[in-house]
Amino acid sequence: MATYQLSINGQSTTVDVQPDTPLLWVVREHVGLTGTKFGCGAGLCGACTVHVDGEAVRSCQTQVSQLAGKKVTTIEGLSANGLHPMQKAWIAEQTPQCGYCQSGQIMQAAALLAKTPKPTRDQIVEHMDGNICRCGTYSRIISAVERASREG
Amino acid sequence: MHDNLNLSRRGVLAGAAGLSFGFAFKLAPQEAAAQAGPAALNAFVRIAADGTVTIVSPAIEMGQGVSTALPLILAEELDADWSKVVIETAPVAEVYNHPILRTQMVVGSTTLRGYWMAARTAGAQARQVLIDAAAARLNVPASELTTEPNTVVHAGSGRKLSYGEIAASAKAPEKLPEIKPEQLKPVANFRLIGKDVPRRDVEAKSTGRMTYAIDVRVPGLLYGTIARAPVRGSGPTSFNRDELKAVTGIVDAIALDHGVGIVGSTVEAVFVARNKLKAQWRDAPGSKTDSAAAMRTALEHVRDAKTQGVIGRSVGDANAAFAGAAKVHSSEYMTDYVYHAQMEPHTSTASVTAEGVEIWCGTQWPTRARDDAAKAAGVAPDKVKFHLMTMGGGFGRRAFVEYAVDAVLLSKAVGKPVKMLLSREDDIASGRLRPMTAQKIDVALDGTGKITGWRHRIAADTVVPYLYGQARMEAQKGVDHIVMAGSEMPHYDIPAMTAEHIYEERGIRTAAWRGIGSGHNNFAIEAVIDELAQLAGKDPVEYRLAVLKDPRAKKVIERVAEMAEWKRKREGRALGIAFAKLGLPPIGFSVAGTVAEVSVDAASGKVKVHQLWCAVDVGLPVQPQNVVAQIEGSLLYALGSAVKERVSIKDGAVEQSNFHDYELIRMSDVPQMHVEIIRSGDIPLPVGELSISGTIPAISNAIFTLTGKRLRHAPFTPDRVKAGLA
Repeated sequence: MATYQLSINGQSTTVDVQPDTPLLWVVREHVGLTGTKFGCGAGLCGACTVHVDGEAVRSCQTQVSQLAGKKVTTIEGLSANGLHPMQKAWIAEQTPQCGYCQSGQIMQAAALLAKTPKPTRDQIVEHMDGNICRCGTYSRIISAVERASREG
Repeated sequence: MHDNLNLSRRGVLAGAAGLSFGFAFKLAPQEAAAQAGPAALNAFVRIAADGTVTIVSPAIEMGQGVSTALPLILAEELDADWSKVVIETAPVAEVYNHPILRTQMVVGSTTLRGYWMAARTAGAQARQVLIDAAAARLNVPASELTTEPNTVVHAGSGRKLSYGEIAASAKAPEKLPEIKPEQLKPVANFRLIGKDVPRRDVEAKSTGRMTYAIDVRVPGLLYGTIARAPVRGSGPTSFNRDELKAVTGIVDAIALDHGVGIVGSTVEAVFVARNKLKAQWRDAPGSKTDSAAAMRTALEHVRDAKTQGVIGRSVGDANAAFAGAAKVHSSEYMTDYVYHAQMEPHTSTASVTAEGVEIWCGTQWPTRARDDAAKAAGVAPDKVKFHLMTMGGGFGRRAFVEYAVDAVLLSKAVGKPVKMLLSREDDIASGRLRPMTAQKIDVALDGTGKITGWRHRIAADTVVPYLYGQARMEAQKGVDHIVMAGSEMPHYDIPAMTAEHIYEERGIRTAAWRGIGSGHNNFAIEAVIDELAQLAGKDPVEYRLAVLKDPRAKKVIERVAEMAEWKRKREGRALGIAFAKLGLPPIGFSVAGTVAEVSVDAASGKVKVHQLWCAVDVGLPVQPQNVVAQIEGSLLYALGSAVKERVSIKDGAVEQSNFHDYELIRMSDVPQMHVEIIRSGDIPLPVGELSISGTIPAISNAIFTLTGKRLRHAPFTPDRVKAGLA
């Protein structure tokens, strides 16, 4: 076991875990931020997507020992005040069904708009293709990203 | 019909906080006797002095939207102010049983249909109590009172009383007023139903705040997983227990009858240990099963008339029709095993103590989960405190409840609360699959080409014995209604037909999968209808309109053909059409017409679906935009089983292990979808699985139109497409 000091959602947090512990389990089970979800454990579904220094990463593939000096943002910290524009768009489009993949979808989509405020449909699809939604909400995800881009 | 439910109405609970209303279903005598438990009474509505209306919803949410739609129905009849409605998930209790299924269960897209009259009656009854109490307060006859949202109004004097004011001081009547169906609100006056209110679960699901079973946190929690034996009926004979226990953080490794349990202080330690597991498993009937060989056997069975199955559907005298046929057309189709791939892997948290069991679980069958958890813990069902959690997808998989039992077994073994969680690899390895099918359809035609007889033979695993038990299978005379679903053809003008199930007992774990049997059976049916159109030299749409007799069925076919501009030729692409239905005679059928626009890359064998059109008649759409979302979702769920998804079995074990080799539909696969709802009648018919069964045949029929070749084995993977087109 080793002690790691992490910056999660702007707060400094200390955890005592094995060096190869996936960030996913650190945020969910050690810190208690359960909005980030476990889907495949292999970087194949995107349910566990968080931001590390603003980049969308798969927290199941990110080890705690790789995070020194980096800022981690989870769905809970996406917006400091109220809802992020992406979340507002998500609600307006009534996107979720079971909802389980949606935190990861929103984190992935928010990272796109941060860099590409006016993405084309093709850019949206390319950027979101690693995130699986088994309920098949894809068309509403696209609508929500387009709405967030429009309404910012 | 189940709409005339005999409701026994008793028990209005009044307290300082307001009024509570309950209703209970009178059970059939033998069932009542079998369910000797707590009094069959519980509250569905509470109204607080501040006007807050709390509706307790027995509909369990797995994404289908019923946690909003069912309370909405009650609120409509209560004339509640929707902005003052708070929704509470019901506990597990008999009073919340599904009125048709007679157990607390969410399957078959029947939730709104099942609770429709019960919810309306409960709402109307609560409204009547408020009116009666207001009549006493205002000293006017109840007949002079009407309601506006959350308010009783006396038009004659202009006086109003809010529901909150009434509830604050009203005395509950000894006996709840009886509501006759004709006293319910006229459908034309609905102001909530059919108007698309936002789903109540969407904000929590867009902020990470929705709590699923996997998110449960309790003091002193340990983590656990179960490596289930690769084959049904097998279990460990030995395993490297000492090596697993040596992993840092592991509390214990436990031999169970059906697998190996591992418990530790962190989830990561548990998965580290899981990956080190080396176990020997005892043989079971399915230990040698090979799905490719099993498919060949199943094909031999459907071809060999001496292999008799169980007739599950029968109309008229099919034998006579075939004996007198001028021509018999025969055709074969196959479908592989498919896996549910609900995004939340199986998980439950249980705490077993001397007092009983506390369990947190997302399940489509709470009654069964509670009872099985009680049995596993060795306590009575009333000693189970059950927290029903929102499900991260269900699709039929969570009608099975073994993951609730597994959590109980682990907690019992270590004497602490345990969150049992499967890895994706174990979720697939222990998956309960939609049966693999080989099907043969024979059609008897008379001299004019008219269909006179239909014989559908389906060689497939069974599901009912594993979901409901052997006793129910026997009570149903061996008819596995899950496998046979969709093989009935009441919408077609076919005077004589049989559908027959040849059991293929391969020892494989099976389940209901979204759309159940219709997902595989309607592939064969609608592909054969296309073949018959070709045989008759007719356009597939015109042929269907000629052989369908049901006006609603004709209408969805006509409409979807218009939507897709059926007659318009497309360069390098073609259209295919299929009819689909979902339901049962006692509850009614919803119907759908589906058109797929498809191209095929002959070099790579890749099938691309560019557009899907779907016209659906779902009776009364309670939440129309949610109906569209469910139809789209089902189209995509089925699209996966049409072009990608398949489980293969070798030596009894599932060969696929994660989403790299069990590929799901991703955003880049998604066609443009066009859904149109046709409203008919005043009852909500099944929605959530309706558009599953038209998708595969529509794609298959489009590929035929495009290439002149019929693909007969779903999914249409590149290797099969290349072989099929060669």
